[in-house]
Amino acid sequence: MQNALAFAPPPPPSEATERLRAEVRAFVAAELADRTPQQRAASWSGRDRAFSRKMGERGWIGMTWPRQYGGHERSALERYVVLEEMLAAGAPVGYHWVADRQSGPNLLRNGTEEQRAAILPRIAAGECSFCIGMSEPDSGSDLAAARTRAQRVQGGWLVNGTKVWTSGAHEADYMILFCRTEAKSDTDRHAGASQFLVDMTKARGAGMTVSPIIDMRGEHHFNEVAIQDLFLPEDAILGREGDGWKQVTGELAYERSGPDRFLSSFTLLAEAVRALGPDAPERAAVALGRLTSHIIALRRLSRSVAGMLQAGEDPALQAALVKDLGNVLEQETVEVIRLVADVEPEDEAAEVLPSVLAHLVLTAPSFSLRGGTREILRGMIARGLGLR
Amino acid sequence: MSDQLADSAERLFASQVSKTVLQAADGGHWPAALWAAVEDTGYTAALLPEESGGFGASAAEAFGLVRVAAAHAAPIPLAETMLAGWLLARAGLPVPAGILTVAPVRRGPLALSGTGQGDAWHLAGTAARVPWGRQAAAIAVVAEGPEGPMVACVPAGSFAVAEGRSVANEPRDALTFDGPVTAGRSPISPEQLRAAGASLRTAQMAGALSRILAVCVAYVQTRVQFGRPIGKFQAIQQNMAVLAGQAAAAGAAADLAADAFAAGLDPFVVGAAKARAGEAASIVAGLAHQVHGAIGFTQEYELHHLTRRLWAWRDEFGNEAEWNALVGRGALAAGADGLWAKITDTMVTDAMITGAMITDAA
Repeated sequence: MQNALAFAPPPPPSEATERLRAEVRAFVAAELADRTPQQRAASWSGRDRAFSRKMGERGWIGMTWPRQYGGHERSALERYVVLEEMLAAGAPVGYHWVADRQSGPNLLRNGTEEQRAAILPRIAAGECSFCIGMSEPDSGSDLAAARTRAQRVQGGWLVNGTKVWTSGAHEADYMILFCRTEAKSDTDRHAGASQFLVDMTKARGAGMTVSPIIDMRGEHHFNEVAIQDLFLPEDAILGREGDGWKQVTGELAYERSGPDRFLSSFTLLAEAVRALGPDAPERAAVALGRLTSHIIALRRLSRSVAGMLQAGEDPALQAALVKDLGNVLEQETVEVIRLVADVEPEDEAAEVLPSVLAHLVLTAPSFSLRGGTREILRGMIARGLGLR
Repeated sequence: MSDQLADSAERLFASQVSKTVLQAADGGHWPAALWAAVEDTGYTAALLPEESGGFGASAAEAFGLVRVAAAHAAPIPLAETMLAGWLLARAGLPVPAGILTVAPVRRGPLALSGTGQGDAWHLAGTAARVPWGRQAAAIAVVAEGPEGPMVACVPAGSFAVAEGRSVANEPRDALTFDGPVTAGRSPISPEQLRAAGASLRTAQMAGALSRILAVCVAYVQTRVQFGRPIGKFQAIQQNMAVLAGQAAAAGAAADLAADAFAAGLDPFVVGAAKARAGEAASIVAGLAHQVHGAIGFTQEYELHHLTRRLWAWRDEFGNEAEWNALVGRGALAAGADGLWAKITDTMVTDAMITGAMITDAA
């Protein structure tokens, strides 16, 4: 293995992590007893404010953050246990997911004391949702082509531009907005960008118009966000002016390495196991076993990245590898199960497997798009190999 | 693996496994000098307890040595000798010096009969495709005895050999036994030997895959077409990224296999590891040849020493279909509501490894 892509041995489970695992299992068994497989199939796209608040009460959001910001100073591995148990149970964690995964850590690293003190405790309490304002109509994978512009005005900034595919912008309390603060440079595409912390409760309707974009399954997750003369106060800037690119790439290892990158189809696998039963034909056993083997190997890689993050390393390349392998698995799961279970997908069907299958058939294409397309990730990995 | 052990193994194999050695072995010559150098280091005893001649290496360290050897395509039975010694030691039998190997690798009828009282045990049957059977000083054979599994130590000269070879031109011989043998009760059943062998093959595949990645990276950076190194083309870069991902997955599988070996060879974990690494081997071998073009297909170039071994190892001690079926049966038996717990239980703790070691000693 090339050094740039080496995976450190994952920290081994301890008594503490396994005790925590048992607690989380008992919690989800009680809290989610009535959650149907169809609902569980939404994985971390499922949103439930009340559930997030209960997780916050348990101390399961912002777990690794300092106590002074509402965190619980637990290990990355303990946090990992909570994440994977929630995902395996199909828990509706979407309301706080982005804030816990990447916006909170970004604030911790780059935010001012005031920003941290004001927002992190609310995230940790499960009372604060974030969205990410990155993509634009002419800037998808090519983030550096973003044109949304913040210009200095008296007492702050005036922002103009359009963001798209912004998941949860209609409900989020905050957006971390990536935009230009200087005109484009011909020599350095990554210069002159900054991140802003936008209070969505104030911005919506006051310079910001959030319009739904309905996905092909008929659901409203993402949005178009039109920004016209939106005023942001001086203290809305996140981190240093001009450091936007560095800060946004610093989020990537957090965004890409977690169990949310290979467990999006887990409910489908579990329901296929239920439907096929212990006497499933041999070819089904082989096929389901293969998917399970992949999960077991990926889980080890993903936990390794969690350990590397805890050790202060920057495993962005390893994270890209985990996400790429994980997304392939999530999508293959759909194809494998439709063949061995021989069911037709039917969204909202009364029967569980056709309905869960339809959910995944209609959402799986997004798995290798969201959070960095397969092609972009593979390009990053190639760069890590020294090819670019 | 401790860095020191890994570094010295890397130095040894890098200096000893030359192109000449590989080509001679490919032509059927036993690499005596290489084997002697490896035996001198004591690596062949890495899985033995200290009282049987081991040097106190952990299973992870022993597996690390196997990975390094495989990364150099070392054409010697290091994994087999380690494994045979481990089997014999576990059965309380002395571990002979020299080349050792194990049987069965493929399932087949091998039976031990007799009482072991006064007279020796009698071993009968044929073991197909035994690695380096013709060279071995002794074979550690796991067979069902009248009262459970046993290990027999069968010295060279006491069995018939029908020579065969792997696709990498390593010896894979059919051995026919029909005679008296020394045997001891074994805590390791034939199925557990299959898992132990699979776990070592997993480590070997991971080693070879890491080396193939390095060979491919070097090649695409130097081979120029259309005026630039081919690694500058996105099509090649995408293939290389897939290759790196598969190599990483196989590395994780090998780590899982090493932990499982130390913790009592849970077939669910070993099976997942062997199947995952085997799949990675198939994908990587294909991509490695694709990015190399015709040169990678030649006898002269080093790639085939690695890829041909992968094509042998992925089938031995159970292929992907066999192990995935076992994993799948485990998943189906756990049921929809027990599946996740079955998966999380595959992570071995240090305490489990220590526990297994204590059981070993008892």
